[in-house]
Amino acid sequence: MAHGPAKGITRWLFTTNHKDIGTLYLWFSFAMFILGGFFAMVIRAELFEPGMQLVRPEFFNQMTTMHGLVMVFGAIMPSFVGLANWMIPLMIGAPDMALPRMNNLSFWILPPAFLMLASTLFMEGGGPNFGWTFYAPLSTTYAPDSVNFFIFAIHIMGASSIMGSINIVATVLNMRAPGMTMMKMPLFVWTWLITAFLLIAVMPVLAGAVTMMLMDINFGTAFFDAAGGGDPVLFQHIFWFFGHPEVYIIILPAFGVISEIIPTFSRKPLFGYASMVYATSAIAFLSFIVWAHHMFLVGIPISGQLYFMYATMLIAVPTGVKVFNWVSTMFRGSISYETPMLFAIAFIVLFTLGGFTGLMLSIAPSDVQYHDTYFVVAHFHYVMVAGAVFSMSAAVYYWLPKWSGRMYSEAMGKLHFWVSFIGFNITFFPQHFLGLAGMPRRYADYALQFADWNMVSSIGAFIYGASQILFLYNVVATIVAGKKVSEPKTWDGANGLEWTLPTPPPYHTFTTPPDLRDLHDHQLTDDQMEEHPGSATH
Amino acid sequence: MNSLFLRTEKRVILRKTLRLFSLTFLALSGVYVQAQQEEVSSTALLNMPIGVSTISHEIYNLHMLIFWICVVIGVGVFGAMLWAMYFHRKSIGHEAENWHEHLGVELVWTIVPIFILVAMAWPATKTLIDLYDTSDAEIDIRVTGMQWKWQYEYLGEGVQYLSELSTSLDEIYNIEPKGEFYLQEVNNHLVIPVDTKVRFLLTGADVIHSFWVPDFAIKKDAIPGYITETWVEVTQTGVYRGECTELCGQGHAFMPVVVNVVEKDEYQFWLAEKKQEALDIAALTQVTFTMEELVERGEEAYLRSCAACHQANGQGIPPAFPALAGSAIVTGPVEAHLEIGVNGVAGTVMQAFGPLLSELDLAAILTYQRNAWGNDMGDVVQPIDVYNYIQAQ
Amino acid sequence: MSSEAEYYVPEQSKMPILMAASLGLAAYGGGHWMITGEGWICLLGIAAIAVMMYAWFSTVIDENIRGLPNAQLKRSYVWGMSWFIFSEVMFFAAFFGALFYLRNIAMPWLGGEGVGVNNPVLLWNGFEAEWPLLHTPDQALNGEDARFIGAHESLAFPGWSNLLHWLPLWNTIVLISSSFTVHIAHHALKHGDNRKKFNLWLGITVALGVLFLILQVAEYYEAYTHYGLKLTSGIYGTTFFMLTGFHGVHVTMGTLMLGIQLVRSYKGQFTSDDHFGFEMASWYWHFVDVVWVMLFFFVYIL
Ligand code: HEA
Ligand code: HEA
Ligand code: HEC
Ligand code: CUA
Ligand SMILES: [Cu+2]
Repeated sequence: MAHGPAKGITRWLFTTNHKDIGTLYLWFSFAMFILGGFFAMVIRAELFEPGMQLVRPEFFNQMTTMHGLVMVFGAIMPSFVGLANWMIPLMIGAPDMALPRMNNLSFWILPPAFLMLASTLFMEGGGPNFGWTFYAPLSTTYAPDSVNFFIFAIHIMGASSIMGSINIVATVLNMRAPGMTMMKMPLFVWTWLITAFLLIAVMPVLAGAVTMMLMDINFGTAFFDAAGGGDPVLFQHIFWFFGHPEVYIIILPAFGVISEIIPTFSRKPLFGYASMVYATSAIAFLSFIVWAHHMFLVGIPISGQLYFMYATMLIAVPTGVKVFNWVSTMFRGSISYETPMLFAIAFIVLFTLGGFTGLMLSIAPSDVQYHDTYFVVAHFHYVMVAGAVFSMSAAVYYWLPKWSGRMYSEAMGKLHFWVSFIGFNITFFPQHFLGLAGMPRRYADYALQFADWNMVSSIGAFIYGASQILFLYNVVATIVAGKKVSEPKTWDGANGLEWTLPTPPPYHTFTTPPDLRDLHDHQLTDDQMEEHPGSATH
Repeated sequence: MNSLFLRTEKRVILRKTLRLFSLTFLALSGVYVQAQQEEVSSTALLNMPIGVSTISHEIYNLHMLIFWICVVIGVGVFGAMLWAMYFHRKSIGHEAENWHEHLGVELVWTIVPIFILVAMAWPATKTLIDLYDTSDAEIDIRVTGMQWKWQYEYLGEGVQYLSELSTSLDEIYNIEPKGEFYLQEVNNHLVIPVDTKVRFLLTGADVIHSFWVPDFAIKKDAIPGYITETWVEVTQTGVYRGECTELCGQGHAFMPVVVNVVEKDEYQFWLAEKKQEALDIAALTQVTFTMEELVERGEEAYLRSCAACHQANGQGIPPAFPALAGSAIVTGPVEAHLEIGVNGVAGTVMQAFGPLLSELDLAAILTYQRNAWGNDMGDVVQPIDVYNYIQAQ
Repeated sequence: MSSEAEYYVPEQSKMPILMAASLGLAAYGGGHWMITGEGWICLLGIAAIAVMMYAWFSTVIDENIRGLPNAQLKRSYVWGMSWFIFSEVMFFAAFFGALFYLRNIAMPWLGGEGVGVNNPVLLWNGFEAEWPLLHTPDQALNGEDARFIGAHESLAFPGWSNLLHWLPLWNTIVLISSSFTVHIAHHALKHGDNRKKFNLWLGITVALGVLFLILQVAEYYEAYTHYGLKLTSGIYGTTFFMLTGFHGVHVTMGTLMLGIQLVRSYKGQFTSDDHFGFEMASWYWHFVDVVWVMLFFFVYIL
């Protein structure tokens, strides 16, 4: 039964193996990260100085739009799906994902979708130029023709996410090894279960929104046109009903990763496991009922405004619980600072800063001054780049030895970390000042008083961008020439089923279910860590 | 890994984090103090302007309150973390303790933040209520955002005009040096009196725009087909500059808002003048102009109203914006040219200029287009032609 | 909790990548169609998707007949289908949400209620908000030149005397009955292994599905010709056709699915304890039915 991978390209095209598909997802998302990053570099280069230097305003808008879309849908989301594919079966003692063929399908529809999306840039009239939030009627009546390709690309990405999520939910609910009860699952599995639920709930709503756009553009309906009794603001309601949970879709798996790494390098179990699970669920629940905090200025009546403000503020409570738990996990631990831990600590600090600015944004009356300025841009890059991207870097360094059987260079890893950390802050910290001082976002050109901070920000962006070359180098160098490692546990403080497997794990792990009925907590005991290494294959 | 190396590492983290914080802290408090002393109204470069309207002070104070609460929480959380990072290191031989659950602290850090949030929500609610109180305004101004300019209409006064960017394309494309108010200057300012409650009724003509004047702390979306409202009462005269803050296409960065706040009697004077001007221009509709006069006026008006899309050289940016040089319509019968100039092309960004420009300006523009860039038609469009065309509809 | 001795480890498969290519083709073709008006690429893609679906489901059925999947995998299929239906629920939720918002919030605002006091005064002179929206804001302003001309008449409840001619009522009866007939079929199979009865009642269900579709086409025809209600008649037409139309597409899919199960039953593929395909199709059918009841309530009656 247990056999190795097929040879050649067909291994990747026809694969149903969760590790292969995970690898595909990870490389694809990295490619998209570079593409999206390239767009960001165009943005930052144009904004280096006042005046139009590199591109025309029209193309600048296309860059902003594509940067947001590619980063969110192409880089971050698939990267975490890749991580889920790799890790969830290993963490819960399953042989593979529940629906392996669908797993392959959900990956392979992504490349055509992004190819189609990216190719719109070369079409007559240009690519999507209405921001990643594509508000009607700029994205309907006034959109370039290529919007039709954009719509169908979104449909496909949605289908991919829904299939991927259904797979994850089915795996987690149905494929756990005996004894792996829900409250013993690693937190990464929990956060993904909840994320998958969010995805299944909101991706169809996004599909509905783009379908309505399609109808308005091509078939004369009036969803977003006041002349027929419609309302452009309806679009925003539907979009943000998707869009707000979307930002937690981005961050929850990152929370999961951090909750794995912090205990390992603090050599102490995660603090408040149960409260972490409840907090994650609470965040997910709240995320459905706060969407209009992105729409404080569209003229919602005051009662609605107050409701959305209060509900949004509440999210600080469960998120705070998470932050406090991480800090308490470190507290009284025995901490060491390998690369994954550095990224994880930076995550906690910078994400919390981003959370604070989020809280400021949620205050409806002050949002009058923040909305659609660089203050918002700073906020979401703190949570998405220092949040999602940093946690992804941490995850790669953390599990790469397990995946590849080779150890990365700690010195190079740390170099990558420090250049990233410094570059990131130089890029995005000044954007708070820019926003408060009055610079709107999505501006191709700006007034003279914003020149200095923009230049600083652009320089930082180039540094941060360059640090990603280090990342790529580190990963490739490790896979090709890293020092071989073979003991199951890479990190002495690590604890969890994946660390009982051989390194690298065989192509098919757990062809028979490991027996975990004596697992008494979400952590394996030291004895159990010793006992189980053979359970992988036979 | 030797411990010396690790130790410096932690110091670096410590130092960096501390520096980050103290810098922000210093920067923001510096601006705060400075602002308090000088009551600066121009855009301070690190923080939100305190502003010059009644509501802007309230919002500024709210902003600072929330900011400081966050700073305090941050110091607590990061302080605890730094403590652990320094004293609970493996490299100094600290052993992990068995401490991974505690119902008491979990409850505390769930409940205490709730109280903090209530403390924030209270002043926020008060400010929001003030922000929404548009009643008893003395002046109503309808503001229409359109690609890519603003139209101001003083309701009930019969005064209405366009306000367009006056920074030249040469400045934008780095051919000429940039002026002091680069991208923040327009041909016609919005004018309002000081110490008077003014209500803005906003709408969009094509896509959504957003009207923002930072010093007034007002910002509201201008949505096509709907009216939204906001208000301001400014306490200091002066010139205040703002911008459009909702992505509205390629000219998004190029449709600033400039407001003159003047003494009340000055405002009355200006309004009377504006009304007279409107009458004068209407009277000019009856006058017959020479080609030179029209072309001269037309060139200026064309650069203001049409060049953003069709470009100063009439070449447009195909395929989005057609060239007018050699265009079949511009070099064809006047009727068709008038039709597009007056009514635009439905469903495209080519808007109907009939209601936006005076008959004189539109006639001048059309004449200019018919005779510029090698379109040597040699004919003129008189204001009365435009007038008759509009009336006939 | 699983207690299987062996896990089921799947083989490589060519189907997903072919399916992905078909989907990509259909999507690209869709964009192409909208822009140029040429539909053949899209239709080709859709045809390829259909072929791949056929191949895929045949494989699954075949594997099932050979007894490959274990109980755990079958449970995964059940989870898969349940969550798929949930995603469909959310898809409809977007459209119901749009209907609710447009009717109860946007339209009254346009008509001057609440915060919208200035809308009818400054923008849509003379517009009155009334549902169903037969006179659009566009018409209030531009009269005959309006792009959005409302319907002459609404499709709402026509009064008791005209009840018999009211198609939506008949459609509701048809669809609700079909939920019962499919249940009878299921019962016959599960608790008596009565294949004949099963085929009969499943056949009736499929027929009812087809009847529903025929009635719906008739209704659309009526709407266009007699009521002047078109897709382009402002939000009333928009919401009416989009909601019922999407539902119609789902009925079509459900009818197809049940029809296939009927064919499979004639081939003798179901037993009283293994008729997974049918069960899933009938779940889907019940879902479609519930959506219709909501539609009937919110689109026609309220
Ligand atoms: C990963 C993505 C992510 C995450 C996690 C968040 C988290 C939060 N966001 Fe953010 N947000 C975005 C991504 C994200 N956001 C994006 C992409 C946009 C812009 C979209 C666009 O327009 O393009 C945006 C915009 C945005 C807006 C709209 C701004 C505007 O356009 O005007 C608002 C307003 O309320 C907001 C609020 C919040 C809040 C309250 C949180 C909270 O979840 C934060 C909670 C965390 C903390 C508060 C810190 C830790 C807590 C403690 C230490 C406890 C104690 C603290 C207190 C009691 C204060 N966000
Ligand atoms: C998770 C999502 C994500 C991520 C990771 C990023 C990453 C970055 N973003 Fe992000 N950004 C968004 C999501 C994201 N962004 C969204 C949603 C918007 C809103 C869009 C909208 O308004 O519609 C936005 C908008 C946005 C703006 C505002 C644009 C505007 O309003 O006009 C800016 C401006 O500075 C910016 C900058 C950057 C930079 C410098 C990075 C960097 O972190 C990127 C670093 C990565 C690389 C550079 C690529 C890899 C490296 C190489 C290929 C090496 C070669 C490069 C060099 C040597 C320089 N982004
Ligand atoms: C916001 C951008 C924009 C502005 C400003 C603008 N136009 Fe246009 N114009 C367009 C677009 C887009 C078209 C093409 C419309 C179409 O699709 O037919 C166009 C088409 C035209 C045409 C027809 C050209 C042809 O050969 O088809 C004329 C004439 C014209 N505009 C005149 C004007 C005049 C006069 C003004 C200023 C008073 C003006 N435009 C301002 C965008 C603009
Ligand atoms: Cu108008 Cu942006
Ligand atoms: Cu949000």
